[in-house]
Amino acid sequence: MQLESKVPAGPLTEKWDKHRAEMKLVNPANKRKFRVIVVGTGLAGASASASLAELGYDVDAFCYQDSARRAHSIAAQGGINAAKNYPNDGDSVWRLFYDTIKGGDYRSREANVYRLAQVSNHIIDQCTAQGVPFAREYGGLLDNRSFGGAQVSRTFYARGQTGQQLLLGAYQALMRQVHLGKVSIYPRSEMLDVVLENGRAVGIVTRNLMTGEVRSWAADAVVLATGGYGNAFYLSTNAKGCNVTAAYRAYKRGAGFANPCFTQIHPTCIPVSGDHQSKLTLMSESLRNDGRVWVSKTTGDKRAPGDIPDDERDYYLERRYPSFGNLVPRDVASRAAKQVCDEGRGVGSSGLGVYLDFRDSINRVGEDGIRQRYGNLFHMYEKITAENPYQVPMRIYPAVHYTMGGVWVDYNLMTTIPGLYAIGEANFSDHGANRLGASALMQGLADGYFVLPYTIGDYIAQAGPSGAKSTDAAFTDVESEVNERTRKLLTRKGKRTPDSFHKELGKIMWDECGMSRNAEGLKQAIQRIPELREEFWESVRVTGAREELNQTLEKAGRVADFLEFGELMCRDALQREESCGGHFREEFQSEEGEALRDDEKFAHASVWEFKGDGAEPALHKEELEFENVTLTTRSYK
Amino acid sequence: MNWLLRGLRSSVGLKFVMAVTGLLLFGFVLAHLAGNLQIFAGADQLNGYAKSLQDLGPLLWVARGGLLAIFVLHVGTGVMLARRNRAARGTPYAVQKAIDSTHASRAMVSTGVVVMIFVVYHLMHFTLGVGIRPEFHDWTDPQGRHDVYSMVVAGFQQLPIALFYIVSMLGLGVHLSHGLASMFQSLGWNQPKYRSFTRLLGIGITAVIILGNISMPVAAQFGLIELPEWNPLVNGGN
Amino acid sequence: MKLTLRIWRQKNAQDKGGLETHQLDDVSPDMSFLEMLDVLNEDLLEKGTEPIAFDHDCREGICGTCSLMIDGVPHGPDRGTTACQLHMRTFKDGDTLTIEPWRAKAFPVVKDLVVDRTSFDRIIQAGGYVSVNTGGAPDANLIPIPKAEADVAMDAAACIGCGACVAACKNASAMLFVAAKAGHLGHLPQGEVEKKARARAMVHQMDEEGFGACTNTYDCEAACPKEISVEFIAELHRDYRKGLFSGR
Repeated sequence: MQLESKVPAGPLTEKWDKHRAEMKLVNPANKRKFRVIVVGTGLAGASASASLAELGYDVDAFCYQDSARRAHSIAAQGGINAAKNYPNDGDSVWRLFYDTIKGGDYRSREANVYRLAQVSNHIIDQCTAQGVPFAREYGGLLDNRSFGGAQVSRTFYARGQTGQQLLLGAYQALMRQVHLGKVSIYPRSEMLDVVLENGRAVGIVTRNLMTGEVRSWAADAVVLATGGYGNAFYLSTNAKGCNVTAAYRAYKRGAGFANPCFTQIHPTCIPVSGDHQSKLTLMSESLRNDGRVWVSKTTGDKRAPGDIPDDERDYYLERRYPSFGNLVPRDVASRAAKQVCDEGRGVGSSGLGVYLDFRDSINRVGEDGIRQRYGNLFHMYEKITAENPYQVPMRIYPAVHYTMGGVWVDYNLMTTIPGLYAIGEANFSDHGANRLGASALMQGLADGYFVLPYTIGDYIAQAGPSGAKSTDAAFTDVESEVNERTRKLLTRKGKRTPDSFHKELGKIMWDECGMSRNAEGLKQAIQRIPELREEFWESVRVTGAREELNQTLEKAGRVADFLEFGELMCRDALQREESCGGHFREEFQSEEGEALRDDEKFAHASVWEFKGDGAEPALHKEELEFENVTLTTRSYK
Repeated sequence: MNWLLRGLRSSVGLKFVMAVTGLLLFGFVLAHLAGNLQIFAGADQLNGYAKSLQDLGPLLWVARGGLLAIFVLHVGTGVMLARRNRAARGTPYAVQKAIDSTHASRAMVSTGVVVMIFVVYHLMHFTLGVGIRPEFHDWTDPQGRHDVYSMVVAGFQQLPIALFYIVSMLGLGVHLSHGLASMFQSLGWNQPKYRSFTRLLGIGITAVIILGNISMPVAAQFGLIELPEWNPLVNGGN
Repeated sequence: MKLTLRIWRQKNAQDKGGLETHQLDDVSPDMSFLEMLDVLNEDLLEKGTEPIAFDHDCREGICGTCSLMIDGVPHGPDRGTTACQLHMRTFKDGDTLTIEPWRAKAFPVVKDLVVDRTSFDRIIQAGGYVSVNTGGAPDANLIPIPKAEADVAMDAAACIGCGACVAACKNASAMLFVAAKAGHLGHLPQGEVEKKARARAMVHQMDEEGFGACTNTYDCEAACPKEISVEFIAELHRDYRKGLFSGR
């Protein structure tokens, strides 16, 4: 596997401009002769589909949801970063670039991140022109807030529904192209494989979730905008349908998969309430601006929070990180919560939770002041837990939220398979080992609106038409493989439900490959997961038929892929013998329990190549070169 | 004119037609009430008013024709909407509950039917003078004018007729209580600031109309208005 | 707590379908409504019976996928709450609940509780957007927008496209959905340009899809999980009226 990053030469600030100037163009009259498949209609997919169609390409867009508008980008609450510097507080493209690369613990590619910061401003302009109702000040100009511990206010937001509003903007642009006949949209369609001819990606095979029809689609290029794989943990803040299947299928067809172990655990989620729990709900991390995190100083303290006097409380974030206090980055806050719970000081019936207490803020600004800032979040919390957070402290616990790892892509967002692209959360490129708050939306839209539409043209201009037809042997072969797999799932007639396997896998992943990892646990997981996989294929029970809406079958197919992918995550975590960002290896920590990064051995992206079922995947490395920033240790003390 | 027809045939266009014809019919109801209330000023006043209307001659027929057209348009559009709306549901729910909607808003078709039956009866009763006691229609007062006053009082003195009028007026009231406020919404005149105002206005005006209309049969039943001495019924005749 | 569930089962679009009764004996009040259905489905699957198909995805009240008529009210009895955020503590031990799919000609049932809402997408395709291409947008701060206007736009934009308004309406009208989108864009200068044409195109598409007409009962507003106001419907009427007579 060749890992050519294709980062253009020249000074960092000029790379993208120079690259754009040198890219080959497709004649406007010829664009309509080319067809691009885009899988996924979240921020990245919808924005890419719309932009490509506007340029003149014919686009086939697919999503598993019943409408393109429901992709999980919609759930992002906080906001979107941009280097506009409207508040005049010293922000710049360079600073956004620097913060992102440092926040990612120096495990991302400089040139990609710089380009991201460069196009961030266009995103805000574009979205405003589309009618995204960003929050405004009384003067009518856009409001910004500081988010996720950033030192500048660069986050644009639309109440607590920024992801929703940005997605609706992209969705509407997409619907406009559907109306104009440039995009054909196929909702309730799941991509089950990618098809290659002569090493080039030329199409996909999908299953129509309403009718069960398995069908081939040929094109000149294929774009995966299929999101992250957080549901490998079963419980996460992802939507129930989010899955790794598309990305994993691409991996099995030869696309390199980078840094699968880099997962982000968000510190402020509502704790699990019982075995029935099906997903976790995020509470915006803006709550940490006013809430204080604490647990009792003694283990097994069963007193009600109000009965624990101040001197018996341990405000552990403020104690350990006096300068950042409750506002330390996500990975640090999550780990600290896990540590106090591991010590037996966790709160709530499960002992897996810490208090987020607004008592002092309410005393300072009054209940109304707090209501104004967080009313909707408090309301949501009360709905779910039946506890009033104005009177008793919230209980929070970390939960899987985002995956920084993903399909490896070069500077042009192309995977190791020519003609196959990966954008948004599905790729690995911009967030390194840890993503900063309000940067996911930025990256999804940057890829879709302002990067991919250029780079894909360069490819198409050079590669020319694929000439592939959906009746080619390459397609029918893959179709039979897909059908065979479905048949297998439907004929196991075992006793266990797909969900029961998913839950069991999730527990292994959370225990061994979650907030902190160690070699021994990971090795156990690498042994345990294949066993579970074997059991799955022996004794999973899938009812119903293939040629109909069959949600059990859908679930089983996704779990089957997670059962393979989970192992890859653990392998990646095992080989990365350092602690960086969201990846914390217990063997690599300082005496105070802080992460120890190893830039000498691990300043690279770990890229995995599939070597066949049952065979160990091969590890490749893309060395990360830092020409513009100096690698420092993150310190929040 | 195609654009207009196309526009008015849409669901929103049909609502405009409902609202505008409804408004005109409402205006008629209001004027009609103002005329009728003159009954409390005595036979002379009412019969004089009736004569002035009769004297309009051909103009009266134009007005009647216009009114009929509006009425037919209102009912016809209502039927069209009702049919379209029923088809839009398809399979009915096993259980469906009203959440905030009022009974009035959900019963526009049934109250509309009540009003329509009433209008037909009312026209036969007073305008055409057919059906019930046709001789009432030929009464005249001492000035030789058509004796509307006697006709009304004699009609309302009969309990079944009085009750029919009262029930029908309640039906009209329910119809208007939703229809009036709804009109503001349908024509796009509703504003957040005025929402409670239009709602109150609807209910208030409706109350005035209904109380006014009901006051006449009630008054006749309780002997507050009586037949004049010249009426043949008073002298035990007929 | 114990519950009796009467759930609509329908094999496919052609099937007639009917209510099926299930007993659940061990429902935790902390479960969400959908988690309660998960438990039932796991149970059914273990017995070898086909689970009940129902739509859901984000389970945090924002994607608009869940679509259950719970005891005659879309998304169940809690105001401003989607079914996925509805918790079982809202109900009492021993309750009998009827669960049905959205009912509308424009939302045909696919299977059990799953309906096809692509008609909503087609309404948006008809005009629910601002006609701008990517690139070339002026600076975001070029046009100041009064905060109050932006806030109203956001109120309307909060629509999650779930279809509860249609489900609640006795006429299966989609007016609140259409009005929310038209209101969102119409209150912003970027969207105002196409306001009248948009109102016309979206209303006509709504009619074409077979949705009913609005008769101002306002059950849509009461059922809306985002509590979107019917004022937007009045505004849509206004825009439509202006568009009708403006000749453009």
